[in-house]
Amino acid sequence: MKLEPSDRVANVPPSGIRRFFELAEEMDDVISLGVGEPDFSAPWRAREAAITSLELGKTSYTANRGKRELREAIAADARRWNLEYDPDDEVIVTAGASEAIDLAFRALINPGDTVAVAQPCYVSYRPGVTFAGGEVLDVPTRVEDEFTLTREVLADAGAEDADLLVYCYPNNPTGATMDRDALAEVAAFCREHDIAVMSDEIYADLTYNREHVSIAELDGMRERTIVFNGFSKAYAMTGLRLGYAMGPAEAITAMNRVHQYTMLSAPTTAQHAAIEALENCRDAVTEMCAQYDRRRNFVLSRFSEMGIDCFEATGAFYVFPECPGDDAEQFAEDLLEAESVAMVPGTAFGAGGDGHLRASYATGLEELKEAMDRLERFVS
Amino acid sequence: MENADELLEALCENARYSTADLARLTGLSETAVEETIAELESEGVIQGYTAVVDWDAVGSDRVRAHVELNVTLDRETSYRDVAQRLAGFREVQGLRLVSGDYDFALEVEGDNMREVSRFISDKVAPLPEITQTVTHYIMETYKQAGHRFDDEGDDDRLSVTP
Repeated sequence: MKLEPSDRVANVPPSGIRRFFELAEEMDDVISLGVGEPDFSAPWRAREAAITSLELGKTSYTANRGKRELREAIAADARRWNLEYDPDDEVIVTAGASEAIDLAFRALINPGDTVAVAQPCYVSYRPGVTFAGGEVLDVPTRVEDEFTLTREVLADAGAEDADLLVYCYPNNPTGATMDRDALAEVAAFCREHDIAVMSDEIYADLTYNREHVSIAELDGMRERTIVFNGFSKAYAMTGLRLGYAMGPAEAITAMNRVHQYTMLSAPTTAQHAAIEALENCRDAVTEMCAQYDRRRNFVLSRFSEMGIDCFEATGAFYVFPECPGDDAEQFAEDLLEAESVAMVPGTAFGAGGDGHLRASYATGLEELKEAMDRLERFVS
Repeated sequence: MENADELLEALCENARYSTADLARLTGLSETAVEETIAELESEGVIQGYTAVVDWDAVGSDRVRAHVELNVTLDRETSYRDVAQRLAGFREVQGLRLVSGDYDFALEVEGDNMREVSRFISDKVAPLPEITQTVTHYIMETYKQAGHRFDDEGDDDRLSVTP
């Protein structure tokens, strides 16, 4: 046998964002609004807890599902969103929310199952479904709905035949959030058509001027929903690779079956940092959140001054303006070349992203100001 | 004064933000920003604006000291009376009544160590209410007013990530 990619892998194209990354990396002095992670470092207390754990020699595996103390802290934290999960068998700690999502796909999708993927979205869902043997059903959301998921877009995409629905709110790349009423509509659709839900809530803490609501809280949804979250975004711990999933015991046990034979357990050092993060770093999250909110106001104001249409995104650290040019990919490339400002074309995030750009404001305000000035010069 | 907290937070982050930028950051109109700040100033909520300077970086010999003061009070003399006498000196940059082993924490600044020492011995120690002074010269500043003076390192994030 030759070492060639399997058909399963060969059929999945490389990430569309990759080419753009290579372009940006070749240039000097790029101000990047293309970064999908916080510009802050993890709160010092969390880092310090990780260091201390190393000093104490805490370098062995943990329980497959993660340290019990951490699972308890996660379950306690979830009560902020009216979610009740048993730390013993309804919580699993993973290497980033990404691993949790992959576990869920592999543990719960049967070959040929249809998985509705709300888009634009994080780049991993579609390939993840394919790797797990599922069939992807694209569900493009619309700018006129401010990129929320509605009964109408679900029906238009034919999602009533889907076995599973995957989405992320607050959303990457649009910054859209869904309030209780909007979620209730989606929940009703899923109950009517017996669809399970995978709700990626990694940006839950980064919700501005409104409350984050989890679909799992709504009537009849807990038993059909898996909630994903993690420490990467809210606690600025991307490199520590720590996330988790919460859901009914049967589903979490199935996910743990895959996890115990692959990852074994999430990084131990990161788990120590995460316990400290949950117990003592809420103030740091609030402070980072306040800074993101100021920057969000700033970029939205600047887009509006430039006459660029952009709905008022209320979550994550992204805004999703309409592209001032006809072709977003071309525009992003020209902008990068002419003004050394990187924004990612919406097409990199799947269906419904066409004609838009993702601008991340996980960047210092001085750089944001300069980027906006350069963009203004470029479009005028 | 609605939105005062948001404005104060932004100003504490950087007092040099322009009115236009403060408006963009807070979502207020420029007029509202101007009016609110004027009100905060006149009510004494905002007491002033200052720069956070690393004087060592410009090779200045300027010296700062943290001085612990113990005082003795009587029926006619209160903490406030003592504080008023101390606060009048231009060398006194900061003055706080604190809990613990001593009464006042003084921040004193001068052009050199001799000037600061002389100020303490000539002007502060002789005050009748003051029973003891302990002067700590500041040898190195690592962080001031929330700003770290050391290099926090480059942004090593990849320029474009999903």
